[in-house]
Amino acid sequence: MIKIMLGIALTLFSVAIAISLYRIIKGPSIPDRVIAMDMIGVNLISGIAAVSILLKTKAYLEVILILGILAFISTISLSRFIERGVIIERKRSG
Amino acid sequence: MNVNAVGEFVGAALILIGSVISVISAIGIIRFPDVYTRAHAATKSSTLAVLLTLVGTFLYIWFSDAFISVRVILGILFVFITAPVSGHLIIRAAYRSNVKLADSTIEDELKPVLQEKGREDKDEEAQEVVQEQKQGQEQPQGSV
Repeated sequence: MIKIMLGIALTLFSVAIAISLYRIIKGPSIPDRVIAMDMIGVNLISGIAAVSILLKTKAYLEVILILGILAFISTISLSRFIERGVIIERKRSG
Repeated sequence: MNVNAVGEFVGAALILIGSVISVISAIGIIRFPDVYTRAHAATKSSTLAVLLTLVGTFLYIWFSDAFISVRVILGILFVFITAPVSGHLIIRAAYRSNVKLADSTIEDELKPVLQEKGREDKDEEAQEVVQEQKQGQEQPQGSV
């Protein structure tokens, strides 16, 4: 019973990832694509949580943290790049 | 059905609900007209989906292995803190880089505010330039 539920959940997560992939390919502007990419990261986190229960292991729980941090940092740096044209800003001296 | 089985079932049910909400937010990201409305679907409901899934995972591991996983709690906290921040930043960048609003938009309240602020900034910059020029004129006299 629980296995069937987790299998359905994994399928739904992959459907959500596929739909966001469509938005990444088609999206008219760059922020659209960044938002869809953020959403793919979030769905990957959930999918990995379901996989780690299905495989009866706790080894994948670090992956959740790492993926969360990576998705956050990539979204932040991309938004800074879109807004200012640079990622790391240097202060003009004087 | 003992307590552990009930707990595992509740965890799996939370994961299933989370996946359904995730698909709903994916439908939102594909159906909404512009980037600002899509951000609603991508940040709010998607965060709810991942939080439900991680809470379900935490409950399942707690009841099946009698193990309180600190890593999952950290993941929940991190996602809960960072998802709104990243959504806000990317939409701010989208507005500043002049991504168009949808045709059905009625009112843009941010535009006059930003224009006013830009004008004030320009005035301040002009004053600073004038002051610098004055100082530049005074300095050579002092040095001579």
